[in-house]
Amino acid sequence: MHRIYLDNNATTPVLPEVFEAMRPYFGEQFGNASSIHHHGQQTRAAVEDARESVAALLGCRASEIVFTSGGTEADNLAIAGMVGAGDHVITSSIEHHAVLLACKHLEEIGAEVTVVPVDGRSLVDPADLRRALRPNTKLISVMMANNETGVLQPVAEIGRIAAEAGIVFHTDAVQAAGKVAINVNQIGCHALSISGHKIHAPQGVGALYVRKGTRLQPLFYGGRHERSRRAGTENVPGIVGLGKAAQLAKEALGRGGDNKMAAMRDRLQQGILAQVEEAGVNGDGAARVPNTANIHFDHIDGEAMVIALDLKGVAVSTGAACSSGAIEPSHVLVAMGLRADQARASIRFSLGKQTVAEDIDFALALVPETVARLRELSPVYRKAALHS
Amino acid sequence: MSGGVDSSTVAAMLRAAGHNVIGLTMQLWNQRRLAGKEGMPESVQGRCCSLDDVYDARRVAQQIGIPYYVVNHEERFERDVIRPFIEEYVSGRTPIPCSLCNNHLKFDQLLIVAQQIGAERVATGHYARVAFDEVRGRWLLKRPADQSKDQTYFLFGLTQEQLSRTIFPLGDMTKPEVRELARHHGLALAEKPDSQEICFVPGGDYKRFIDAYLTEQGEALPDTAGDLVTTNGDVIGEHGGIHNFTVGQRKGLGVATGSPLYVIQISGANKQVIVGGEEHLYSRTLRTRRVNLIAVDELREPMRVAVKIRHRHEPAPAMMERTGNDEILVTFDEPQRAITPGQAAVFYDGDVVVGGGWIS
Repeated sequence: MHRIYLDNNATTPVLPEVFEAMRPYFGEQFGNASSIHHHGQQTRAAVEDARESVAALLGCRASEIVFTSGGTEADNLAIAGMVGAGDHVITSSIEHHAVLLACKHLEEIGAEVTVVPVDGRSLVDPADLRRALRPNTKLISVMMANNETGVLQPVAEIGRIAAEAGIVFHTDAVQAAGKVAINVNQIGCHALSISGHKIHAPQGVGALYVRKGTRLQPLFYGGRHERSRRAGTENVPGIVGLGKAAQLAKEALGRGGDNKMAAMRDRLQQGILAQVEEAGVNGDGAARVPNTANIHFDHIDGEAMVIALDLKGVAVSTGAACSSGAIEPSHVLVAMGLRADQARASIRFSLGKQTVAEDIDFALALVPETVARLRELSPVYRKAALHS
Repeated sequence: MSGGVDSSTVAAMLRAAGHNVIGLTMQLWNQRRLAGKEGMPESVQGRCCSLDDVYDARRVAQQIGIPYYVVNHEERFERDVIRPFIEEYVSGRTPIPCSLCNNHLKFDQLLIVAQQIGAERVATGHYARVAFDEVRGRWLLKRPADQSKDQTYFLFGLTQEQLSRTIFPLGDMTKPEVRELARHHGLALAEKPDSQEICFVPGGDYKRFIDAYLTEQGEALPDTAGDLVTTNGDVIGEHGGIHNFTVGQRKGLGVATGSPLYVIQISGANKQVIVGGEEHLYSRTLRTRRVNLIAVDELREPMRVAVKIRHRHEPAPAMMERTGNDEILVTFDEPQRAITPGQAAVFYDGDVVVGGGWIS
């Protein structure tokens, strides 16, 4: 069966160049990067090369990069590593669960947490953050781009608020990295999380930028890896892959970014909306990363839509991959003010570097008829149609 | 696919027969939700909808090479099965959640999802048979070859439309044969024990479940305490709430008398539990409401049938006749023990399920 993949916010395929870069580190280049001997020196060099590539992508110094097992660990390390009992944290209602549940854990151990709301486009109002500041506020954590809607938050403005208040600002840039240019100094953040597998590196590797001079308590106890910020032998092949993917992403962004991807995304979105009534883009009107379109198709069950499309060869999702099989509608879409039934009727399409125009044609040929079939067989829709 | 041996074997059979099979598991209840609350058991292993069962179902799907999905219908299950289950108990009736689940979830929601994703039919691991009768022009529900596993009692609510889209591949097999076939297909769960209790009530203590659920909801258990009354109308004591009783129950009445006493009737209206000697448990008639007829489109004249009044009850000969718009009167040849409001009465003509209704 012909299959297309439009779920790149869940994960992306490893690019062939990335895989090639990693290959030696599964075989002949096997040393422990902490070892003194030749083998260790070889892998140490590879890890440090990767660190420089990641630093170049983020506009920071290599020494400010801490490699982790992924975005979740990077978020947890930033939050649990900077906040303790008695401290106050401000975050937003649309954060990834890696941030929200890390904050909830902090609350359980005696920290205070304020969760600011978002508007109908899922944007945080910086004024809300300013109002939420307290004398004991230690950290603001607001994501750069939302994983479900792709909407970009006003992080530079938030960075200024944090700087004025003299507190630490962490941003989860997992869904922004590689899609839009990132510069930690322009953002004014003290910590920033990225994940390898969202930028065509493998799963199981990520990084946290930590501004020089920012105090960080490690999550793990063990060896003095990563300047004592993250104990544990380095995942050398993964780190090498992340480094290569970061380098490729930086080159692509340097060539003017992904206009082609944005054009394909817009064609998909407009094509769907032209053919399907009672549908709309979640987060419409706000700046978004170029690869994401989250669309609500009223009166359908998103779960059934994802299955029906998968059986026809189109891979999409209802939202965060981790929420599959969960009953709660997306907390992001609900926070934006969607009704629970609209949130459940929302589908996320997310493009990747491997996406081609034919993929969009294929999706445009199948999505409208699938929505029509679902609606035709939906008791809710038939009822709604009768009343209209 | 519940993650049990029956539905897993069905999937393997159909796949081996060359059908285009899609595996679906309905996530209906979060087993961890009330675990450890109000005296509920902490660990609930091997229950339907537990993570272990979803894991088992997924592994079978992977092994036999079919696409597999979990569809979440927890909200609907809570509304159409859990809530009515509790309401029935506090109204003095003894509910059957499995029938509600079949009517509102498995053969309603699941069938809709199946159609939406392009499936022609739904196959389940129920022990029952479905066949189209050319003469009557109707889909029939029939008892299975393995009468000890007969599940037609829980399926009486199926409509013609639902039956036309349903297949029960285990209808001609015995349970040992199913396990043998599971072994033949190399399914690791061939020896997995059968599930017995109500899936959302681990340990079978429904009173604890009701307590834990209402506490979670911030709702108080309605006060249904009242008098224990004999069949002669004498008040002989008090009881703590009618939901603690089931018709025919002997133990736990909290009164000491000479001869054994049984719950004869529960009166939701005046919160009375009426007790008496065993002989009072027998009755020749019952009335059913919310009737679904399968083998016939309408009951125009009285009909001889055998009627089953609880899951473990041998169908007893009776006459059934329509006595109202939504009422069928059943008159047994011999008095039956403990006819229980809230349970179903299912009418059989030999192996054929004529229909059924809820005992009122």
